[in-house]
Amino acid sequence: MDGVIGFFADLGPNLQLLLDRSPQIIEGVRVTVLATVLGALLALLIAFVFGIAQLSKAAVVRWVARIFVEFFRGTSLVVQLFWLFFVLPQLPYPLGFRLDPLLVAVLALGLNYGAYAAEVVRGSINSVPKGQYEALSALSISPARGMVRVIIPQAWALMIPSLSNLWIQLLKGSAIVGSITLYDLFFQVEQVRDRTGTWFAYLFALLAYFLIAWVIVVIMNALEVRAKHSIGRGPALREAWRSLFRPPGGKTAEGGLA
Amino acid sequence: MSSWWSWEHAIGALPTLLDGFKITLLATVLGTLIALVLGLIVAIIRRSAPSIVSAPVTGVVEFVRMTPLVVQLVFANLVLSPYVDSTLAIGIWVLGIHYTTYMAEVYRAGIDAVPTGQWEAATALSLPRSRTWRAVIVPQAIRNTLPALGNYAISMFKETPFFFVIYIPEMVRNAQTYGGDTFRYTEAITLAGLIFLAASYPTSLLIRRLEKKLA
Repeated sequence: MDGVIGFFADLGPNLQLLLDRSPQIIEGVRVTVLATVLGALLALLIAFVFGIAQLSKAAVVRWVARIFVEFFRGTSLVVQLFWLFFVLPQLPYPLGFRLDPLLVAVLALGLNYGAYAAEVVRGSINSVPKGQYEALSALSISPARGMVRVIIPQAWALMIPSLSNLWIQLLKGSAIVGSITLYDLFFQVEQVRDRTGTWFAYLFALLAYFLIAWVIVVIMNALEVRAKHSIGRGPALREAWRSLFRPPGGKTAEGGLA
Repeated sequence: MSSWWSWEHAIGALPTLLDGFKITLLATVLGTLIALVLGLIVAIIRRSAPSIVSAPVTGVVEFVRMTPLVVQLVFANLVLSPYVDSTLAIGIWVLGIHYTTYMAEVYRAGIDAVPTGQWEAATALSLPRSRTWRAVIVPQAIRNTLPALGNYAISMFKETPFFFVIYIPEMVRNAQTYGGDTFRYTEAITLAGLIFLAASYPTSLLIRRLEKKLA
């Protein structure tokens, strides 16, 4: 039976089936989480390197960073994924190597969302008040030290909401990795669809992604509370734990992607 | 040594890529329209409807926004294909509804940014509620939100390749098909990426200028 009625009529047997298949489902969750976490770490690294490079005094560095960011934002995630998976192995020596599908996924997700996040990093550093820079030179703190100890901690608190949204985007984007033979959560759920019916399988998949997304939201909210507290602009995590469950959205610094 | 780039294949892939690009553009334009209209409706409901209506709407919006477009596409296609002939129509509606959840947030921020005095003035002039929205709030809110709405339109453009999961022949799917047929992926997929870049970069520059002008 399929359809909404089937969904309720077969709920018991379907849950049992899901339990029987739990090793595969858990493997799928593992792959999705792995790609999402590693992709996010790569994206964060890229974001800081290319976000800060765009603020460099040297025009060459600025331009290289700008081109990198525009390139990876402008060419679609799916194209980048397929390029690394299908095209890269066809290139001549010494370039023509075949990467592990997980590595392809992490690279494509990291490069694409890293380029978006670089804009967030750049924007947040730019919106730290000028007086802070003036204070640095008044106290004769070196620019590098001032960046690490004064500017970035303040910018970090500003950028977390946007980074949180991007991380969720990255999680959602990871659902296509099945097409490059990486067997993630979505792929594994699709394998049970013919047994459980469409409604059950896909509602389960959506719910599973929703829960993972909420874990991301809570982690990022915690980081935000901590970041604000560390620059003296909010309560400690112990006192503000309720705000961890605040939904995201509505306050992206950059007003969306692109 | 086989040459890694063949102009013959580049030119050979071009017609099917451009055919796909038409679908990509169509999906972007229609999807954006759907999201623009529904987004505004959702934002107004969330702001002014009683909580018995606005709470479930908020819940659904959060759920749609925090779950993958890819899963939604495949799900909607399987459920709706017995009733709807066009897979493309299903894809466009799913894309539009997915981005409705983003655009609703943008509108909400825009509406919040309209000064309270405007609401008070409308009350003082005893403008009806609907006219306050139509003639006072929405025009000002949209001006605030144009750049962000534009950014999401570009973002939708770059997410149309997700349509490949429901076999809509958009540009990237066609590139992959060409690659599969000829065993030459290089030209088709590289060109698809370059076409995306060529279309989205100027648009994002335009939006950045708009942003500066409105700021």
